[in-house]
Amino acid sequence: MSDARQNSSKGSYATDLERHEQTIVVGLAGQPNVGKSTIFNLLTGLSQHVGNWPGKTVERKEGMLVHQDIKLRLVDLPGTYSLTANSEEERITRDFILHERPDVIVMIADASALERNLYLLAELLVLPVPVVLGVNMMDVAEAQGIHIQPHVLEAALGLPVITLVAARNQGVSELIAAAERLVRKPAGFKPTRPKIAEPHREVLAQVRKLLGQHVPALYREDWVALKLLEGDMEITEKAQSWLPDADWSSVVALLKEHEDAVLDIASGRYEWIARMVRAAVTHPRLGQISVTDRLDRFAVHPFWGLLLLLAMFGLVFWLTFTVATPIQHWLDVYVIERLQAWLASGLADAPSWLADLLVNGVLGGVGIVVTFVPILAVFFTALALLEDTGYLARAAYVTDRFMHFLGLHGKSFLPLFLGFGCNVPAIMGARVIGSQSGRLLTILLAPLVPCSARLLILALLTPVFFGNQALMVSWGLVSLNILVLAIVGITLNHTVFRGQHAAFIMEMPLYHLPNLRSIGHFVWNNIWSFLRKAGTIILLVSVVVWALSNYPGPDIEQSYLARFGQSLTPIGQLMGMDWRMIVALLSSFIAKENAIATLGILYGAGEEGRGLAETMAAVVSPATALSFLAVTMLFIPCAATVAVMYKETRSWRWTLFDVTLLLVIALTVGVIIYQAAHWLGIGVSGA
Amino acid sequence: MGEQKFVSLHRLAPGTRGIVRRLQGGNEFASRLVAMGLSIGSEFEVLQNRGHGPVIVLVRDTRIALGRSEALKIVVEELERERRETE
Repeated sequence: MSDARQNSSKGSYATDLERHEQTIVVGLAGQPNVGKSTIFNLLTGLSQHVGNWPGKTVERKEGMLVHQDIKLRLVDLPGTYSLTANSEEERITRDFILHERPDVIVMIADASALERNLYLLAELLVLPVPVVLGVNMMDVAEAQGIHIQPHVLEAALGLPVITLVAARNQGVSELIAAAERLVRKPAGFKPTRPKIAEPHREVLAQVRKLLGQHVPALYREDWVALKLLEGDMEITEKAQSWLPDADWSSVVALLKEHEDAVLDIASGRYEWIARMVRAAVTHPRLGQISVTDRLDRFAVHPFWGLLLLLAMFGLVFWLTFTVATPIQHWLDVYVIERLQAWLASGLADAPSWLADLLVNGVLGGVGIVVTFVPILAVFFTALALLEDTGYLARAAYVTDRFMHFLGLHGKSFLPLFLGFGCNVPAIMGARVIGSQSGRLLTILLAPLVPCSARLLILALLTPVFFGNQALMVSWGLVSLNILVLAIVGITLNHTVFRGQHAAFIMEMPLYHLPNLRSIGHFVWNNIWSFLRKAGTIILLVSVVVWALSNYPGPDIEQSYLARFGQSLTPIGQLMGMDWRMIVALLSSFIAKENAIATLGILYGAGEEGRGLAETMAAVVSPATALSFLAVTMLFIPCAATVAVMYKETRSWRWTLFDVTLLLVIALTVGVIIYQAAHWLGIGVSGA
Repeated sequence: MGEQKFVSLHRLAPGTRGIVRRLQGGNEFASRLVAMGLSIGSEFEVLQNRGHGPVIVLVRDTRIALGRSEALKIVVEELERERRETE
């Protein structure tokens, strides 16, 4: 099996040892929304390894399974409609097949839209790999009166066809058995390949001839020729570097004459598909109104759709406050505080700095990491449920008109809205966005959505400073954030992201019942990756900030952090803030709500909200308070957000760009607010 | 149905059926549409179009939402005008 794979890549996860034990490498391919991840989860269970594709921001999932004493390594490929290099996902899928040379590809198709699904098969069949076709969601197709005869389809296509209802675990083990059988007996693979349309056959042959011996062994000449005719950017660039200049100019001249080939090639594939399914599939045009159409009358209605969306979000936030917040509190009081007490008594004999470091620095940091978990669990469950049922696409549709002018489309709405709970799932959730530029822009904008920790600060501090007008000031500050988000979005869209506007083309999948196993895997994978990647960064940052605020002692007012804050007094004065407020802002980097505790300590009122209120109301002018709150709302994101931002963009450049941008915006807004108030002579007394 | 009417997709009312005749807007755009089923010659039905905002079409058993500016680039032939009866 492995002798067919001379070009095995060094970057893959399997070691040579595993290869010698005859591990079969299976690539799981398919278009989006075909139930591929359900099948992957059923087959691999807890043996999953989640990482990223080397150098890419797309998730790579793989897992092991044993079928009749044979080990299989299953690689879940990104869901793609075709294999033209339009997106990173498509490039990953075909590079995997060309460079890592899997033993077999298992392609999953949706039985209820089989013809469209087979378009991907038409593309797979010109690549050098055997393919097994799994036709999933047979029950959905039957319910629509579509009948598929797998053996007839199998005879037409010349490759194994297995029918499945993955949601009920039907046909999944047969599928893997068929894949394993095909690897052992490759003779079972005699595919009927789609042929290029008549008018372009001649030019294809000519291009192939010109390619001659110049194509590296990894690629097949006919595939390269086909992709050149299709205008594939990546292959065009590669071919130009392979060919001598003279040959390349002849190729370019040929391609220029046949610019229309793209659409003809595609139409040719659909004609091939029509021939393949003619005898195997009966598809009555019943004209009946499906459940999906019925539900969509509300879900995509401009008024009812928005109302439904708001109701969904209301539910998510209600769950956050009734489930996640109490658990957070419970973890804090019964787990972290008890651990701290236990550790403190255990370290009674140790030097006091060590005990302090471990108890307050390290365990304090662990506490912050752990308290993220309940809120992340709620948000990721909500995201998975909305996506798995098919509702996410409707939410994107309904909000598209609002997002459009930010240069984003509807798919960015949901992650950004999740940001009101916590910016971390907002940034991680941006994975649902198809285009790279759209995803990056969404990530960069997410910290401007005020998260629940910042909303809590508003809720606590506005009544202290503004009494009866607290609610109005709070709304004003939240609106300010949204306004800044819109301005930054529009500006970035017209400068950095100019011309990268992604077309809004989105499948609206059929509604179906969520698969709890898939949701469980999604939530677990996301939380685990947060703990693994962001957890260590948060822990480090919180230990450092703890040290800065405790040394050289004896208390925070003489600490390095305080000295640093005092050195920033000139900037603070522009915003009407004293060094204590600057230190509170700095400490909010670990976690936003820390600003309150720090103010409490520095204004000498203990950590009780009430004492703090009285002291601060007496010494802080409304103009200062307003500028402090505005800066807090817009300030650099917390450590957890910065950590996931780096993890998701894989770029310190973008991460630091965004942090700097937010810092500049926050300080500018602070200065403008304070100076304007000063100039107008409002609210400056009392300082 | 004597004369052929070629119009942009965004002009068709819900319930209208049509055939895709031309895709404007470049190779990349066209190949994305084609891969989702909207190829030249494919028959579709407009499911939703409110005169503003995105449009939904049903093609090859797939519901596809298209932004208005995307629908503008799809040239189609209108087949018949037949409102979908409401149950």
